[in-house]
Amino acid sequence: MKAVITVLGQDRIGIIAAVTGILAEENVNILDISQTIMQNIFTMIMLVDLSKMKCDIAQLNERLGKAAAQLGVEIRLQREEIFTSMHRI
Amino acid sequence: MFSRNEIIETINMIRQENLDIRTITMGISLRDCASESVERATGRIYDKICRFAEKLVKTGEDIEREFGIPIINKRIAVTPIALVAESSNTNDYTPFARALDRAAANVGVNFIGGYSALVHKGYTRGDRLLVESIPEALAITERVCSSVNVATTKAGINMDAILDMGRIIKECAEKTKDQGGFGCAKLVVFANAPEDNPFMAGAFHGIGEPECVINVGVSGPGVVASAVRALGDADFGTLAETVKRTAFKITRVGQLVAQEAAARLNVPFGIVDLSLAPTPAIGDSVARILEEMGLERCGAHGTTAALALLNDAVKKGGVMASSQVGGLSGAFIPVSEDAGMIEAVNAGALHLEKLEAMTCVCSVGLDMIAIPGDTPASTISAIIADEVAIGVVNQKTTAVRIIPAPGKKEGDIVTFGGLFGSAPVMAVNPFSAERFVKRGGRIPAPLQSLKN
Repeated sequence: MKAVITVLGQDRIGIIAAVTGILAEENVNILDISQTIMQNIFTMIMLVDLSKMKCDIAQLNERLGKAAAQLGVEIRLQREEIFTSMHRI
Repeated sequence: MFSRNEIIETINMIRQENLDIRTITMGISLRDCASESVERATGRIYDKICRFAEKLVKTGEDIEREFGIPIINKRIAVTPIALVAESSNTNDYTPFARALDRAAANVGVNFIGGYSALVHKGYTRGDRLLVESIPEALAITERVCSSVNVATTKAGINMDAILDMGRIIKECAEKTKDQGGFGCAKLVVFANAPEDNPFMAGAFHGIGEPECVINVGVSGPGVVASAVRALGDADFGTLAETVKRTAFKITRVGQLVAQEAAARLNVPFGIVDLSLAPTPAIGDSVARILEEMGLERCGAHGTTAALALLNDAVKKGGVMASSQVGGLSGAFIPVSEDAGMIEAVNAGALHLEKLEAMTCVCSVGLDMIAIPGDTPASTISAIIADEVAIGVVNQKTTAVRIIPAPGKKEGDIVTFGGLFGSAPVMAVNPFSAERFVKRGGRIPAPLQSLKN
């Protein structure tokens, strides 16, 4: 199962480190990552593979949610299918 | 991999434009619950709903979490209770309403639809008992929704039932007067009622439906409004095309959620209802879309044309995005649930007559409209008759959900809260239709040829 993780918010040091740290601990593989500043908003988009994940999707969401609160950013984890269904026929 | 813009587009739809799945509705047949004993029948109803819908709410929440798309409501629709209760030896159907209410509370859904009767050609004993019990049933329960189908294009219009419904709506308001007549917000009078509508208060599980089914209603007026805004003064072809594309994207999400929910619950997928369903939230308004098209206020001349374009384009885009489409499928124009509609009424731009005209080109009808509490029952019947005639002649669903707000007069505000919002009390035509609605009998089915 693949998912898209997006991080939106004020840029600061350690955002990628915090997020990728959690992913590494939970055995989530990062397939693609891009980061940019769009209209002064830090925007990171990651495609990840959840197939060998140690926890379940709800637990991963919870951990990312806690990190988001600490970093003052929004983190979303969404299964890839929502993007596929909307943007690919 | 998707482009950054695609991902951001999806996220902005959810984050800023209120894209959501409005409802996952499980339809459950209760036909096998009938019994001569009321206790046995209501026991079977309670048990069956609890068994089938046990995992409905959790499944909805899981999907919401995994896909990051809000799913606002999880609901249940059942076989019209008049059909199920008819076999029981009783003249009091309120125990059936209580059983539905308890079952809904037990499985955690906020509304359950199907306290209903289909009387477009006439009443059976069970239909009569059910209709007469509606005011009491809606007053003593919290989650039960009721609907009565009083007309179809094939059968014509049952004016006896319409006369009754005017009185029933008044009684409903009276019995829930300490809540502003909220009982009426849970009661829909239909023409050509769909059997697979997932939206409350009019949802019921039709007699042609399978044992159990999952129907999904999408939403997203905010997304369409943003897309229209971004077009500026583009021509109508571009406008329609943009709405179609947007509706396609919205509906694809609905299709995904519907299939996922059906698979997880091991229940057949029924339909996706392609509706633009507003909420009172800022930026979640159908009226705003019409205003983005260039109307100063919803209700101005041109509103019906704008709505016709919108409704048609939503269907064209949506049909391509879903394998099965059904339900009401069209833009909803409930007054109390749409911030733009409320403003339009308050500004004097939108009146009952214009709303009626708008329902000729969209679903679903005169919806969530508060009128003065002293409106005579015969006038309410006449409002229903007008709306139903539009549906019957145009072979479409129309409905009336109207609240004669007790003690309120034109210009007052009735607040229901939550998704029901608040409604400005609208003026009704003061001239009487009493002699007309009391004639009795049926208006014959309309000619379906020689169309003009």
